[in-house]
Amino acid sequence: MINANAKVLLEVRDLRATVAGVEILKGLNLTVKAGEVHAIMGPNGSGKSTFSKVISGHPAYEVTGGEVLFEGRNLLELEAEERARAGVFLGFQYPVEIPGVTNSAFLRLAYNTVQGARGKDELDPLEFDDLVREKAQLLEMDPAFLDRGVNEGFSGGEKKRNEILQMAILEPLLAILDETDSGLDIDALRIVANGVNRLHTADTACILVTHYQRLLTYIVPDYVHVMDAGRIVKTGDKALALELEERGYDWVVNAAAA
Amino acid sequence: MSSVLDNLVNQPYKHGFVTDIEAETAPRGLNEDIIRLISAKKNEPQWLLDFRLKAYEHWLTMPEPHWANVHHPKIDFQDIIYYSAPKPKKKKSMDEVDPELLKTFEKLGVPMNERAALAGVAVDVIFDSVSVATTYKEKLADVGIIFCSISEAVRDHPDLVRQYLGSVVPVGDNYYAALNSAVFTDGSFCFIPKGVKCPMELSTYFRINTQDSGQFERTLIVAEEGASVSYLEGCTAPKFDTNQLHAAVVELVALDRADIKYSTVQNWYAGDENGVGGIYNFVTKRGLCKGEGSRISWTQVETGSAITWKYPSCVLLGDNSVGEFYSVALTNHHQQADTGTKMIHIGRNTKSTIISKGISAGQSNNSYRGLVKVGPKAEGARNFSQCDSMLIGAKCSASTFPYIDVQNPAAQVEHEATTSKIGEDQLFYFRQRGIGAEEAVSMIINGFCKEVFQQLPMEFAVEATKLLGIKLEGSVG
Repeated sequence: MINANAKVLLEVRDLRATVAGVEILKGLNLTVKAGEVHAIMGPNGSGKSTFSKVISGHPAYEVTGGEVLFEGRNLLELEAEERARAGVFLGFQYPVEIPGVTNSAFLRLAYNTVQGARGKDELDPLEFDDLVREKAQLLEMDPAFLDRGVNEGFSGGEKKRNEILQMAILEPLLAILDETDSGLDIDALRIVANGVNRLHTADTACILVTHYQRLLTYIVPDYVHVMDAGRIVKTGDKALALELEERGYDWVVNAAAA
Repeated sequence: MSSVLDNLVNQPYKHGFVTDIEAETAPRGLNEDIIRLISAKKNEPQWLLDFRLKAYEHWLTMPEPHWANVHHPKIDFQDIIYYSAPKPKKKKSMDEVDPELLKTFEKLGVPMNERAALAGVAVDVIFDSVSVATTYKEKLADVGIIFCSISEAVRDHPDLVRQYLGSVVPVGDNYYAALNSAVFTDGSFCFIPKGVKCPMELSTYFRINTQDSGQFERTLIVAEEGASVSYLEGCTAPKFDTNQLHAAVVELVALDRADIKYSTVQNWYAGDENGVGGIYNFVTKRGLCKGEGSRISWTQVETGSAITWKYPSCVLLGDNSVGEFYSVALTNHHQQADTGTKMIHIGRNTKSTIISKGISAGQSNNSYRGLVKVGPKAEGARNFSQCDSMLIGAKCSASTFPYIDVQNPAAQVEHEATTSKIGEDQLFYFRQRGIGAEEAVSMIINGFCKEVFQQLPMEFAVEATKLLGIKLEGSVG
């Protein structure tokens, strides 16, 4: 929902970043206010995933220019874990497996760390179990998930649902979901989208990084951005996504280059 | 990020200090006279001197083994001091024990006095080859258990020692075992008579003290029919620049339906971050499941030493006997570990389980080497082996050398192995959820080692977790 008076959560100005010495982001600008849903689309290699990694603080990416403010704070000064505690969440495109560490232990440590940083009470294992079961229901997840290793042996769809479960538990202000729709069948897509919609409030914002319009029929964006060669080259509303689905990216990219 | 990992695993050794006690020391080098000197110092009977001399004769004919995946400069066996002991004083109670020693134990956190009592742990403390204090002996004696230094056992229970010493690891078994048999100075002896379940965990803390003194402990544990015991061995050593050789021998004998559980946490000085100094740990540990339905279980957490060469093994002679090996070996900097086990199935329906977890960091080299051998008469023998390796950083290595030799067609042998890496992406995943890198590494490592830690007695499991924590903690960022 667009509200002109809502506070600005994320302000990205002329952001430049490299990975392994190659410049991927070349002057990216984006403003996200509370309550908004943004979709970032664009051809392969345009820098969409790099953008999510840079915002969340992946150490392999080096910021070479520009600034990123989160609730007015300089986000680039913060370590990845500090950004997470401040309320930045990244739903991974490829969630890693962590054998031997149970999902419930991982979730509880993450939850309590984030709660502690926000000056809120931590939960003991029993209290946390109640919370996590309630959230798992939201995503129609079998509670048996909780006793398994983090993402260990999960199918692609289960991993993505697990990402949204973590989002539900950590209650971030800004969630960046990197191709959360990839690898999901239509039922799983509906469940995941439904979960994201239920978690969305007037105080939170969401950035959906996706290739396909499909996800956007379930989670309706307020803005649709097209990225190319490390910059946002076009911004529109949900109608733009439909147009891209029909016409591809070339016309946008060519117009931007002209 | 590699610097984050480097910081995490590069913690200085916390137990590096030398206790100043006047030692009585033999001249450097090894010859028959030195062996006679050791034997005479300890007032040993003739049969034991003969045992030593026979071992020495064997040793002289044996080549130093080079098959292990470890590298070190040639050891000058004539440059080692083979006997060193605190000046003999008559000691009656803990109050009379040298206060310097007690201070050392305090620094190490050895649970001696109240702590021992509170924890219900009987501690036989080996300090530079001679046992200086033994607690709980009388309490154990009430149920017929003998738990004392091997020197005392030779004096007070010569027939038992003579019957079992060298019965599992013969004097000529291997180069280092032969050396140990020739020159061992002390160690522990434990005898659990028929039908007795040992009422407490038995624990020995080892500590190497005098510089350049080789350590040659000898441990012998015998559990008679239906007896059971859980034995804990914990080690730590002060920091030295010259390499120290440690070649211990541990023999376990389990008679019918007896059960021996042997747990080790080893944290000897591993050398500095450039690989200078550290202990050479060349140990022979073997258990004989002699009786029907007997069981021997080895659990080890190896985090120290410059070089570890160690294969706690089980000879499954009795029908239906069970051998187990649970191991965590962590190497960092320039440490080298070549460790594993041998499970020798001889009796019918014998079972063995091997769970090995190797963690390599820094530039270290961590190898699992194991043999599962099933003899022609071992009908129905079964083995399950799982060897997992974890790499931290890009400069370390892990190798697995499983040897399987099956001579009975009805045997069932399974081997599983995995290699994983604590990589940037795994750590980032934790950090993106608000969990700091240090806590993330500790959680990953503890998860990785869980199956082994579960086997340790409670207090030891806590200690082991802490130990890995010490090895892996550090300033982050």
